[in-house]
Amino acid sequence: MPVTPEILREVALTAEEYERAVALLGREPNRVELGMIGALWSEHCGYKHSRPLLKRLPSSGPHVVQGPGENAGAVELGDGLVAVLKIESHNHPSAVEPFQGAATGVGGIVRDIFAMGARPIALADSLRFGPLEEPRQQYLFRGVVGGIGWYGNCLGLPTVAGDVFVMPEYRQNPLVNAMCVGIAEREALVRARATGVGNLVVLVGADTGRDGIHGATFASVEDPERSHRGVVQVGNPFLEKLLLEACLEVLATGAVVAMQDLGAAGLTSASAEIAARGGTGIELDVALVPRREAGMTPYEVMLSESQERMLLVVRPERLDQVLEIFRRWELHAVVIGRVTDDGLLRVLENGAVVAELPVSLLTDACPTYVREARESPDIRARRQYDPRSLPDLAPSDVLPALLTLLRSPNIVSRRPIYRTYDHTILTNTVLPPGAGDAAVLRIKRHRFGIAIKTDCNPRYCFLDPRLGAQHAVAEATRNVSCVGAEPLAITDCLNFGNPERPEVYYQLVEAIEGMAEACRVLGVPVVSGNVSLYNETEGRSIPPTPVVGVVGRLADVRRHAGLGFAGEGTVFLLGPQSASLGASEYLASCHGVVAGAPPELDLELERRVQALVREAIQRGLVLAAHDCSEGGLLVALAESCVAGGVGGTFAIDELLAQSGRLDETLFGEAGSRVLVQVGPGAEGALLALAHAYAVPVMELGRTGGASFVVRGLLECSIAELREAWGAGIGA
Amino acid sequence: MRFGIVTFPGSNGDHDALMAVRLGLGQPAELVWHTERDLSAYDCLIIPGGFSYGDYLRPGAIARFAPVMEAVVREAEAGKPILGICNGFQILTEAGLLPGALLRNASLEFVCDWVFVRVERTDTPWTSRLASGTVLRLPIAHGDGRYYVDERTLAELERTGQVVFRYVDADGRVTAEANPNGSVANIAGVCNAQRNVVGLMPHPERAYDRLIGGDDGLQILASVLAVGLEVARGALRDVAE
Repeated sequence: MPVTPEILREVALTAEEYERAVALLGREPNRVELGMIGALWSEHCGYKHSRPLLKRLPSSGPHVVQGPGENAGAVELGDGLVAVLKIESHNHPSAVEPFQGAATGVGGIVRDIFAMGARPIALADSLRFGPLEEPRQQYLFRGVVGGIGWYGNCLGLPTVAGDVFVMPEYRQNPLVNAMCVGIAEREALVRARATGVGNLVVLVGADTGRDGIHGATFASVEDPERSHRGVVQVGNPFLEKLLLEACLEVLATGAVVAMQDLGAAGLTSASAEIAARGGTGIELDVALVPRREAGMTPYEVMLSESQERMLLVVRPERLDQVLEIFRRWELHAVVIGRVTDDGLLRVLENGAVVAELPVSLLTDACPTYVREARESPDIRARRQYDPRSLPDLAPSDVLPALLTLLRSPNIVSRRPIYRTYDHTILTNTVLPPGAGDAAVLRIKRHRFGIAIKTDCNPRYCFLDPRLGAQHAVAEATRNVSCVGAEPLAITDCLNFGNPERPEVYYQLVEAIEGMAEACRVLGVPVVSGNVSLYNETEGRSIPPTPVVGVVGRLADVRRHAGLGFAGEGTVFLLGPQSASLGASEYLASCHGVVAGAPPELDLELERRVQALVREAIQRGLVLAAHDCSEGGLLVALAESCVAGGVGGTFAIDELLAQSGRLDETLFGEAGSRVLVQVGPGAEGALLALAHAYAVPVMELGRTGGASFVVRGLLECSIAELREAWGAGIGA
Repeated sequence: MRFGIVTFPGSNGDHDALMAVRLGLGQPAELVWHTERDLSAYDCLIIPGGFSYGDYLRPGAIARFAPVMEAVVREAEAGKPILGICNGFQILTEAGLLPGALLRNASLEFVCDWVFVRVERTDTPWTSRLASGTVLRLPIAHGDGRYYVDERTLAELERTGQVVFRYVDADGRVTAEANPNGSVANIAGVCNAQRNVVGLMPHPERAYDRLIGGDDGLQILASVLAVGLEVARGALRDVAE
């Protein structure tokens, strides 16, 4: 077959990669084979640029039951149960068709969880947009939020947590990262390993159509706008609900050897991966695949990304039992092939071979690249910026600045989003969205519960990717600790620009190093994840966005803390007593400056602060706990007052004396800082505990009344703060 | 008292109803498949929430033709207590077992929140243990919850006392702000003329434990147990005679 540059471009392979494939295969691949190689050697499937780097992330620990390499990771909860977790991006489709792009992102991540034999119990979403006052961003925002809600609500899964950040750099490349958490019996976990020669390969769910062909390839090149909506798949949450229930029922029979979701690169990826993990081969006949339309070629069937499909390996003697369950759920399930021992993925059409490739060529031989890493001089210069060169805030400008920050899209209430997500279904939600720094769910009939949160401050990562990624890990785990849960595991979604550019590759390397270090010190392994590169348009990349999703465990789910101050009590600041304005929300919102170094982070102190907060909550000392991050101290105090519907009188003289600047004291940011409110009589116990953990602690004031008072500086009503903050995102 | 909870393809509140009855009420409950044609074994029925058949045509429009609905209609006519929750309410209106229709929320958005509803009638099996005027705090989660009837029917429903629940504020007042979806006359739930079939948009089956935000829903689910007692007493009388 004459291979032209056009053909290679269509499958997104370089001439060198093509030569490598020919050399490994010992012959030229045909068109079907070339398409299959192109899809699996895409960045999206093959992790060409990230694979060598991902090895640096710690992935083991005492709680880990399943690390990276399967459909999702799993950690031990106790009583024989595990939490199964995974996050995945759907950025490129969402940029082109926000509603369906985001909806199918949810569908895909949920399949990853139940493919493990776990029942999905919660969703979380990490979203990034450009300025929301712009019409196109409104369209993307409403589409994405609408799509997530539509799919999750119909499926009957609560969407309980997430994070949103707005920066102009996301204009052309919004980010949609969906996380799902499931619960399984440890012994019932299913691995996606095709074993047992002669076992049958069954395809179940939606019929296969021409949608999404080359979606994986499309997700691995720049500029989604130059693509087209035709490659974006359309979701069917109703079908997914049937598939979910039927698959869990089938798994419970023990007739199924392995299960694999069909996602990017469809049947090609699913069959190759399941065979690779099993150390076997697979032979399948595309003529047996139920089609949505006539005249589809083997190429199209093998690369279709039609949603709501699952591949199973079934023991032949148990086939009837499996098919009967699917029939009862009114799902199409057909045998399309069998497991072989020759290590080949053999594709037939009515018995005639149309493609035959070594499984290892598809999954293991994908080239990896180590690129040149060089920091952008522009960013380095920006980091040198000294915020103290700005004039300090006048006392009379404190309230206007606070109101501006409370209205900032990165701080303002997320209620307009989570109100459109069902978050009470399944009757496990103990702390719903907005009530605490992380969501808390109970596990019925067990004493323990779990907490879920996603985080990443892309402004920090933009100005210092290594430190920013450490902050992402620290803040996500801190949020989980603030509700009283011990962080057990991380699932990460690494969103970056084009890694072939040295400035972007530098960000990727630095961010992964930073994450790895923070994970090691905080003792939280990364058990699953996803990489999304080429998030850029016309040479302008998104800020590095290593999103961290955390699952934590509360030993006693009744012992948790929300973020709203509850009645009268004393408020303490735990952690560093100094803060800085570099990379802060204050600089961006009040001065339009995105510059300066992000706050320093002492990971050892971070670990102690989190342990202290957890123990204080476990001991029942804490009425409320709130992470003090974007917007700084005053914003955190205002948020806890508004959320609790109670005022307070606070004093910052000592902090001000240390800093010398009002802006830094009130709105400066720092890692490892938590506000806690304790009830009358518990002050001494908290101070003693802080001392035992060697954590700096300072009394800030007392809650009560309906006024928000900072002595000598500010007095306003809680209603005024609520009006600003409560306007809600996107309003 | 044996609860039957009907599962249609796409139901997703069936499991919550099952848990509410078993864990919250301590009563036996079973899921009933949508192809079942005989429901005589159950003392009462719950048509749960969800997105039956994806709600792709119109909520409840397909489910009303499911084989099980013939049996539901038969049991309704026989006077068995039936509770339709959310999508279940929509299905019962589509099936003609309850008056009115549920339209797209006035906001055009799905809404998930906690709301207050006032108990307007206590002469249904699902409110028999409640005092009239009781304010309950319950979750809602729906995109099509705007209850609608024309003016004449509304007057008729008010006259016959078929409005069972109304959205109110925390103090029990009917206000526009307390109406989460634009329902006519703040109606959150209604019953049929015989009063044995009740439908409502809020989710009593999600409010059975304070740990998950509240347990007011139990008061609705527990009311039907009084009917069970009546049945049991009747059976004892029969035996005695």
